[in-house]
Amino acid sequence: MKFLDALLGRSRPAPPKLDALFGVSGAAITLEAAAGMRPTGQAAVCFHPASGQGFAAASEELKELLELAIAEAGSTLKVTDDRYGYRWVVLADPEMEDLVTSVHLVNSTLEQHGFGPQLLCSVFGFATADGAKRFHLVYLYKRGSFYPFAPLGGERRDNELELQVKAALGGDLPVEPELARWFALWGLPLD
Amino acid sequence: MARTRFQADHGLSSRMLLTMFLLGLLYVVFVAVLVALKIPLILVLLIAGGFLFFQYFFSDRIALASMRGREVSPEQAPELHQMVDRLCALANMPKPKVAIADTDLPNAFATGRNQQHAVVCVTTGILRRLSEPELEAVLSHELSHVAHRDVAVMTLASFLGILAGFVVRSSIYAGAYGGGGWGRSNNRDNNAGAVILLVVLASAVVYALSFLLTRLLSRYRELSADRAGAILIGRPSLLASALVKITGDMSRIPTRDLRAAEPLNAFFFAPALAPGFSFSSLFATHPPLERRLEQLAQLEAQLGRPA
Repeated sequence: MKFLDALLGRSRPAPPKLDALFGVSGAAITLEAAAGMRPTGQAAVCFHPASGQGFAAASEELKELLELAIAEAGSTLKVTDDRYGYRWVVLADPEMEDLVTSVHLVNSTLEQHGFGPQLLCSVFGFATADGAKRFHLVYLYKRGSFYPFAPLGGERRDNELELQVKAALGGDLPVEPELARWFALWGLPLD
Repeated sequence: MARTRFQADHGLSSRMLLTMFLLGLLYVVFVAVLVALKIPLILVLLIAGGFLFFQYFFSDRIALASMRGREVSPEQAPELHQMVDRLCALANMPKPKVAIADTDLPNAFATGRNQQHAVVCVTTGILRRLSEPELEAVLSHELSHVAHRDVAVMTLASFLGILAGFVVRSSIYAGAYGGGGWGRSNNRDNNAGAVILLVVLASAVVYALSFLLTRLLSRYRELSADRAGAILIGRPSLLASALVKITGDMSRIPTRDLRAAEPLNAFFFAPALAPGFSFSSLFATHPPLERRLEQLAQLEAQLGRPA
């Protein structure tokens, strides 16, 4: 099929893989034990907004669903657009399990409305207890894999920390094997 | 299969398939004629194949060098890299090299034989003129060219043209100097001359036909890339506005720049044509602007429908 697609100049939108997301709760425990990194209680879903009424309707439904879910779980929510035109739904909840469930809710709602291909990534914040070191665990939907992104000031990355996290996560989560796909997410709206 | 809001365009696929079939048919007929006329086919195929090989393996470097594009690192062009990074993650493809060509001509192109050896190049002119979302739309069009392996497909498709052109030239050469170099050695001179004339005629016809078919194929590939690019970012109108802006700007650029870039048109986002140069739509590498805008408007309408 790949050959035929190339021949006919078609590309199929990459479907998102959502199941691996639930592995994050378990990985958080490993990370705390192995590297002393704890969840910051913040997570975000990033997607590319589409135009048209179909997307507007999906966004509206998503907002209602989230407000209901959040009222129950006692977490908070904000939506921001970054300078590259991608939309971030930022969720905060001290309970990691609830956070993961909320992130999955955002993803599956978008997917049900046919906007699965628009999903870019989900991000979970982690930091040491004193806050000196922090990194974001990024989930790539299309690959179904995770990678750590540790920004320092001035658009530099703490590669050492990223590789430490990769080593610690090894058994728990599918870590993205191609380092070239560990792209930087500058200006992501998490603390 | 992922759920998507866009319908497959079977018409475009089948027209493209028909074009390729005709090219293949032409190829078979041409080779049959050469065999029937006892042309040393192996030699011809080897030489034409050599050209093809060179073009295939060095397409990225040739195109970059002729546009004077230079590869840029993420530190040199952080925003451009970030856009490409994100689009590649959305499309689930490896990241190509990113290059910038220092020319005021507003354009972009992608080249490279496969996803591992691809380059996406934008000009400083396009960086200056387009807004960031529009630039992103242009990049998604170019990345679709990479995903569809258009360089490989178009190189293969143009093989027949190269072959026919080569046979014409070498036959004329053989006729002028060898007095029947292609013909059998026991043939009389007038017999050999007739064979050469036939070969030249057949090759010229094949060349013309394959040229038209290749151009037709190129236009279909552009429509495909527009379509896939618009679907990738989910905003067809952005690509349309980038197209209008670039083609509108094209006519205001000094003519000398445009002429210098014309041979590279096939790789471009929008063709650079000097004004006043009448170009039949049959020979164009890109579909007319109206056709591209119409397709994007259809996609936009599909997005508007409720789920």
